[in-house]
Amino acid sequence: MTISWLYIGIFLVVSLGLPAVAIILAGILAPKKPSPEKSIIYECGVDTHGETWVQFKAQYYLIGLVFLIFDIETVFLYPWAVAFDRLGLFAVLEGLLFIGILTGGLVYAWKKGAFEWA
Amino acid sequence: MILDQVIFLITAVVVLTAAILVVSVPKMIHAALWLILALAGIAVLFVLLQAPFFAVVQVIVYIGAIAVLVIFAVMLTRKAMQDDGPQLNRYSVLAAAVSLMLFAVLTGMLLSWDGANNLPVNPAVNPDTIVNLGESLTNPQGFLLPFEVASILLLAALVGAIYIGREHRAGKEEE
Amino acid sequence: MNFLSDPVTFIGNWLTGLVASLGMPKETAAAWVTGVAVGILPLLAMLWVLVLIWYERKVIGRLQDRPGPNRVGPFGLIQPVADMLKIFLKEHILPAGVDRIPYNLAPILAVGGVLGMWIVVPFSATVHGVDINVGALYIIAVGAIGTLGIIFAGYSSNNKYALLAAFRVVAQLISYEIPMVLALLVPVLLARSMGMNTIVQAQPVWFILAAPLAALLFFISSIAEVGRSPFDLAEAESEIVAGFNTEYSGLKFGMFYVGEFLHAFTNSLIFTALFLGGWQGPGAEQFPILGFIYFFLKTVVVHFLGIAIRGSMPRFRIDQVMQLNWKLFTPIALAAFSAAALVEKLAANLGDAARIGIHILVNAVILGVVLLIGSRVFKARGIRLDALAERNRAAVKLSMEKSHDS
Repeated sequence: MTISWLYIGIFLVVSLGLPAVAIILAGILAPKKPSPEKSIIYECGVDTHGETWVQFKAQYYLIGLVFLIFDIETVFLYPWAVAFDRLGLFAVLEGLLFIGILTGGLVYAWKKGAFEWA
Repeated sequence: MILDQVIFLITAVVVLTAAILVVSVPKMIHAALWLILALAGIAVLFVLLQAPFFAVVQVIVYIGAIAVLVIFAVMLTRKAMQDDGPQLNRYSVLAAAVSLMLFAVLTGMLLSWDGANNLPVNPAVNPDTIVNLGESLTNPQGFLLPFEVASILLLAALVGAIYIGREHRAGKEEE
Repeated sequence: MNFLSDPVTFIGNWLTGLVASLGMPKETAAAWVTGVAVGILPLLAMLWVLVLIWYERKVIGRLQDRPGPNRVGPFGLIQPVADMLKIFLKEHILPAGVDRIPYNLAPILAVGGVLGMWIVVPFSATVHGVDINVGALYIIAVGAIGTLGIIFAGYSSNNKYALLAAFRVVAQLISYEIPMVLALLVPVLLARSMGMNTIVQAQPVWFILAAPLAALLFFISSIAEVGRSPFDLAEAESEIVAGFNTEYSGLKFGMFYVGEFLHAFTNSLIFTALFLGGWQGPGAEQFPILGFIYFFLKTVVVHFLGIAIRGSMPRFRIDQVMQLNWKLFTPIALAAFSAAALVEKLAANLGDAARIGIHILVNAVILGVVLLIGSRVFKARGIRLDALAERNRAAVKLSMEKSHDS
């Protein structure tokens, strides 16, 4: 099994290396004529007004948190699904209880308007 | 196998370097980026420990969710790209001493532990560890209680996050 | 084993023999040959993008009643090569104030995050990258790397539009990951394994039959994950210029598109493997080349569907995208998965046909309930809209009468 992961490692390195090499190659081939005019940030032809890194609304963070919680929940369920043949009905119901409790969370988030994007 | 050790050493160096940079770079957003590298290194360590499920979960949960959340959180603050000033305060020497002591104690404990030198060569369990994990998660003799408590914990985290997030929203809205 | 029935294995064995004859043990030689093959696969996938770009432009062109590329080479086949050469020779403009390392890393991650998925795809009965026992989750994990690329691009560009677009896209990507992961859980449950090859082998009867809802959710979520129409908020040019890649130029810009085209096709590959039986088909076990052809044809059909949707749907608004996911897809995915688990356990002793029948029935019931609730909600909303319109008409009439009087 370790050899499989070695192959995956090679594959990932090549996958990341290929676009990197292509970009570096293109960087060598491409013309380089930098000018201050060219390197201005795009903002409808005028200089950027104010700081770029503006503060974002909390909604994004909230969505991120809800996502994180459901992500963890689902990941927990994967080994449960793989071991399904060796689980009794009781164990299956426990898994469903797990889902049920988190569905409660989804309903709460819904009622509190966490998904209203306004 | 020599290759395992080489990969381990390289990964360990990368993880430690990234971890030190997380706490020492002046910009918060850069700290978040180095954190991602450190987390990716931990995933490689899980693979080396023959725990591919945890390696994959490490990437999905920590890099795919928590790192994104950290970046969102950093972006919620006003100082995402500003230097936060010096990284050390006047207690730094004391903190370093305490950390070193803790490290010494942990190392000492690990060295005196039997398992550090006598690793189980071939643990006699079902080779498909994921099935074992899935089974023990819903086994009353296994991890059933932590499993269900985890769902309550996640629910509590969700409720708390929404409560705080809503309050924040009422205060100021900007995009 | 002859060349025609299984060319890849044939060439592999031949090369292994060749290397072994140089004085290497057979296992080591096989490992080296596999390693090199694994290294070549990403290159093939990258070159495949050229074909994908041509194909997609041609199909979109036909959908919009125009011929698509048809000048360079027969049927315009050389067009993507010409485009590639052109973009290779374009200047890389480094805008002022960018954060260099993440800025340059972003396009690499965007492509690498998609290419990385190819290693677990089972192409035929004998040809699959590696068959790890966490294959399905591995795909999701590698997909997370692509998300990182988008965040990097957005924040490092020093451009408000790029940052805003990146945040929108990332919010969309992580949201749609939930129904996707939940839908993916259903084939894992049905196959009792996360290994991609095992999942394909468990499908003499395609999983789309037993899990139509999960298949639908997976398909739609995977379109959202690629960020294509109707989920192409990142490219809402009237709102946020070109999106998170506004400040990129030359091949760095091109890489984001390579990633997108490849992602659309890769998702079709994965959908086919998960729900359409992968390489399964008559004679695929004896003649692996047939399995490869089946796999390819099914994938092309799924891919075509995706392009057809891209060519015909208008763009959602961000609030619609979010609500569609959290208020519709996530609950359906939770219900579909819970129902599938219950049916699998309770009907475990029934025959395959009966169990699949119950699965279909349960899916139909869930869909029916969703449609019923949905139609009620829309009806209520429709009535409210009607009342609003009526009031508006009355107001306009009143003001007109007033102006008439004066």
